[in-house]
Amino acid sequence: MTDLATDREIDRSQMQVSDKVAIQITDMNKWYGAFHVLRDINLTVYEGERIVICGPSGSGKSTLIRCINRLEEHQKGQIIVDGTELSSDLKNIDKIRSEVGMCFQHFNLFPHLTILENCTLAPIWVRKTPKKEAEEIAMHFLEKVKIPDQANKYPGQLSGGQQQRVAIARSLCMKPRIMLFDEPTSALDPEMIKEVLDTMIELAEEGMTMLCVTHEMGFARQVANRVIFMDAGQIVEQNEPEPFFNNPQSDRTKLFLSQILGH
Amino acid sequence: MSEMDMSYVRTEMLPEQEPPRSQTGAAKWLRENLFSGWINTILTILSLAFIALVLHEFLPWIFDSTWNANSLSECREIAPGACWAVIKERWPQLLYGFYPEELRWRVNLSFVLMLVAIAPVLFTGVPRKLLWFTAAFPVLGYWLLWGGSLWGPLMALAGFGVGAGVYAAIRPVNNLAALIAGPLAVVIWWLAAAGPVAGLLAGGVPLMLEPVPSSKFGGFSLSIIIGVTGIAFSLPLGILLALGRQSNLFIVKAICVGFIEFIRGVPLITLLFVASVLLNYFLPPGTSFDIILRVVIMVTLFASAYMAEVVRGGLAALPRGQYEAADALGLDYWKAQRLIIMPQALKISIPNIVSTFIGLFKDTTLVSIIGLLDPLGLSTAIRADTNWNGIVWELYGFIALMFFIFCYSMSRYSQYLERKLQTGHR
Repeated sequence: MTDLATDREIDRSQMQVSDKVAIQITDMNKWYGAFHVLRDINLTVYEGERIVICGPSGSGKSTLIRCINRLEEHQKGQIIVDGTELSSDLKNIDKIRSEVGMCFQHFNLFPHLTILENCTLAPIWVRKTPKKEAEEIAMHFLEKVKIPDQANKYPGQLSGGQQQRVAIARSLCMKPRIMLFDEPTSALDPEMIKEVLDTMIELAEEGMTMLCVTHEMGFARQVANRVIFMDAGQIVEQNEPEPFFNNPQSDRTKLFLSQILGH
Repeated sequence: MSEMDMSYVRTEMLPEQEPPRSQTGAAKWLRENLFSGWINTILTILSLAFIALVLHEFLPWIFDSTWNANSLSECREIAPGACWAVIKERWPQLLYGFYPEELRWRVNLSFVLMLVAIAPVLFTGVPRKLLWFTAAFPVLGYWLLWGGSLWGPLMALAGFGVGAGVYAAIRPVNNLAALIAGPLAVVIWWLAAAGPVAGLLAGGVPLMLEPVPSSKFGGFSLSIIIGVTGIAFSLPLGILLALGRQSNLFIVKAICVGFIEFIRGVPLITLLFVASVLLNYFLPPGTSFDIILRVVIMVTLFASAYMAEVVRGGLAALPRGQYEAADALGLDYWKAQRLIIMPQALKISIPNIVSTFIGLFKDTTLVSIIGLLDPLGLSTAIRADTNWNGIVWELYGFIALMFFIFCYSMSRYSQYLERKLQTGHR
């Protein structure tokens, strides 16, 4: 019933979930002014997990992953990423941000820099990598997302799908241990969604810990080891993909799935 | 319509073809831009006739003129047209004011050095190492123009080093304390230490040039001194004010907003009067604070308030995603500003920044009101001379032309910069 994200067989040899905790969220709450966006979120992510977060718009799923690298501040509860607790301490925030990669719905490439410069900027200025080495790393990841020949172009000259792949490569250049995806395919034409999903699948095959907010249910079914459904700022249901899609428990999950899978 | 018509299959793709003759070249341009309809054709002909008429009246006046005469009446006897002799006679004065004749090489030299100092800022092709010279130029230029001991301006420059040192020393302990102590150290150094230290060093190695007082300065060199200094300092100050205005720190924000709104709410003339008259009342008795320096400070503050708003406009035009992407990559505030935000915000603001620069440069003529002899101030003095009494067009026309050359080159440069920084659509 769902379109598959890919026709090929997924190589699961390195997709192993370890018992080491990557992200620990405990009783986390967040408000926008008086509006209670996230309510009592409890979530433990283990290294190597591939989690898909779905839910209707306004349910707080983007806000949740944006809290993980402190693009949004939570007001109550605790978030521990890779053993470091997120607080207002700027040193901790910078440390976590350089270990957690993020891809956005609108790519957010830097339009005044070339593709290569986009990829080398953070390694050079945050990690203090020598320029030459940073460029080698960047070319390595650009090859991985299959656009090394675009390295000297500017983002404005690339298609949406290519830009999103550059954005993924840019994050990977920081050698992150965790990747966050905030609706990476929502702004793309159908033709381009596949090329981005392919890149994400390859990343998953290498054992990257991933949290994806996405409506690509094919990706969730084939790649995720856990699907989380959110509504009204709360985690309503979470399960492995098979039972989540075939046997949802909550009425809201059922309604949501029937709406997005129904046609 | 029958159902049969609905189906269609193309069997071969069409090749690309040349556009029709009438759609290319000069013929197309003429037709589209000058003769696109009968009304436009009439307007074109009328405009051409009008231009011809103006040139017919104006050109003889410019060319049927004389360069050699000692007074306006002599001019009028020689030629019916313009009397350019006044420019020829007063040319040195219009350039240098009353700067001593035998020392004018210092003005020339500092002008040439200024061009060298500006080059690496304007053009990326120039070797980057020259930027060190750019940083040193304010001291060198000041020394060449005003003379005196080199140690004075050098120690003033050293103030920034002292401030940076104090900031770096305190920063590991407390960020906010460092932010306050750094600038404070600079001010204390300037007020208390810079003078005596410079005096002491000058006692050992004089490095003296013959001093020239500010009252001798004038003409276009004065306009350029005030204009270029104002331009050079108002941009960085404006950027800091714009950032301060967006800051989360309440006091920083309040100070910046207050400063911007106050300065923008006051005419520049008022500030210049404050500089020329009132400032002396506020300073400790006995301190003589150079008039040109005071004017430069006021002009810079004035322009920087406008600059802050221009830059804020550029900042507002940037999508939030750019800040978020910079944050998500782990760049800290200053690195994000420097590498991501400012390059884009300034690029968006180029036309407005250059407008502010041009406005500032033209506003330097206002200093004639507080008695400084910029070209306009000099023109009044020249016209008061019995020899040249009654000359208007030639003098003002010439001054206007000089200002136009400066301002138009700034405008052209900004267009060049915009083209160069064009990186496809955003």
